[in-house]
Amino acid sequence: MGLFNQPAHELQKLLQSKEISCRELTEAVLTRVDDVEPRVQSYITRLDHEARQQAEEIDRRIAQGEPVTPFMGIPVALKDNLCTEGVETTCASGILRGFRPPYDATVVTRLKEAGAVFVGKTNLDEFAMGSSTENSGFFTTRNPWDLSRVPGGSSGGSTAAVGAGEAIAALGSDTGGSIRQPASFCGVVGMKPTYGRVSRYGLVAFASSLDQIGPITQDVTDCALLLRILAGNDPMDSTSLDHPVPDYGEFLRPEVGGLRIGVPTEYFGEGVQEEISHAVRTALGVLEGMGATVEECSTPHAEHALPVYYIIAPAEASSNLARYDGVQYGHRTAEDTDIVGLYQKTRKEGFGHEVKHRIMLGTYALSSGYYDAYYLKASKVRTLIKQDFDKAFEKYDVLVTPTSPTVAFSIGEKSDDPLQMKLSDVLTIPANMAGLPGISLPTGFHEGLPIGLQIIGRPLDEGTVLQVAYAYEQATEWHRRKADLRL
Amino acid sequence: MLLTREQVDHVGMLARLELDEEEREKSMRELNQILEHFEKLAELDTTGVPPTSHAIPRTNVLRDDTPKPSLDRGKVLANAPESADGCFRVPRVVET
Repeated sequence: MGLFNQPAHELQKLLQSKEISCRELTEAVLTRVDDVEPRVQSYITRLDHEARQQAEEIDRRIAQGEPVTPFMGIPVALKDNLCTEGVETTCASGILRGFRPPYDATVVTRLKEAGAVFVGKTNLDEFAMGSSTENSGFFTTRNPWDLSRVPGGSSGGSTAAVGAGEAIAALGSDTGGSIRQPASFCGVVGMKPTYGRVSRYGLVAFASSLDQIGPITQDVTDCALLLRILAGNDPMDSTSLDHPVPDYGEFLRPEVGGLRIGVPTEYFGEGVQEEISHAVRTALGVLEGMGATVEECSTPHAEHALPVYYIIAPAEASSNLARYDGVQYGHRTAEDTDIVGLYQKTRKEGFGHEVKHRIMLGTYALSSGYYDAYYLKASKVRTLIKQDFDKAFEKYDVLVTPTSPTVAFSIGEKSDDPLQMKLSDVLTIPANMAGLPGISLPTGFHEGLPIGLQIIGRPLDEGTVLQVAYAYEQATEWHRRKADLRL
Repeated sequence: MLLTREQVDHVGMLARLELDEEEREKSMRELNQILEHFEKLAELDTTGVPPTSHAIPRTNVLRDDTPKPSLDRGKVLANAPESADGCFRVPRVVET
């Protein structure tokens, strides 16, 4: 197994004992990117030169006797909707091509302070709107387990990079499942923290009441260590919470004795592949065998989460994306026109189809005379979805479900069927509606493709979610299987 | 059909989005598909249910009004498609 396939916490030991240098580790990852990137296509922008410079700096610090802390010297990938000072940030959209942010996102600053090495900026569905990276304005990323399939989305570039060994870990963003669904498709661990747990400053806004940045890693331990770096209050994001951040490492105990697990039956309904339901029930058996109480429960409004999402997210997006008008940054039409024409033509030329569609939908839902029927109604149903969770968490410590109804689908299979595509997120959206933390981790394979297990927790209780995930991971071997890209 | 051609054009204008013939048709079809899907929610009684705008409410986050350096003007304008005299440049807005 190459260095590129090892989790950060193992590499940390090798760096500390000086068995490897950060330079060697970085070169191993960059070589891996050279080898597989033509097939996988995870990256929009590669940062080889900067990564080598960062690696040298880290090696200098280690040589001077500085202790190696988590993620110091670890090659990490960033979803290309996270602002990086002076480094092109495109959101996979023609309208932002060439945009070099004048500042770093808070998570980027935090990772820099932790000493992480940035390998590059990863592909996504344009402005994170999609479930497969097929809506990227540039190209479609491939699933490392089967190159004819999608990696999921929208953080598909980040999950494919980690799944293919093109980065040790990555950051993604999750508005309706955009970390967890692609993590499940690519056989890696992905977590959406509680809304407000991680600062969104410098994350290009899609739907501000739902967006949350989170870690994508090879195992649960790395997820906990990375979340610890990302989490915490930030004065630059007024929605970031000021609750103390626990040491998530302390939750990495392989024990679930006494924990109560709820299994909402709505997540095993029509459209969920039988093999996936079976794999999740098998996982529940493992957790039960370790001493957890497992019980079926009901969150009846979960089935409404999809239509609610497809009003709320586009409504917020239509407002957030009004800023792309060809004035301050990004694309501007070359046509000679007046100011309104400049806006209209710039946006026509710069945005892809799905983004235009959602802007139209959101604009309509917020327009005079329709607000009550759509946005307000959706916001009320959102309350019902949230109340279901509140009730379930009176009785259970976590809820366990499949992450996505299917394993990775073929490229092109759903791109002409918007409703089918959206159903891919039907099991992840409810947690966003209620702002809850959720993780996806590997729990088996169907037709050689990874299956994801989703664990949802109480607000701010990422710790218990990580504990259950870690206990399950330690009891199984799924996370050790790596995509074979030699073929 | 919930949304007419004229409404699609109106929404396009509100969104400052120029749509060609094909996009108009596609947009109307797709919007109606989603809106029909949403219609199911009408069956759900939400009388007296308060709306949720943010999952974890935080209101009135205050800070001291202390002047701090803002982004460097040169760096900000470097991204502008067109700038002049330290400003963003746009086509004439006001008639003289």
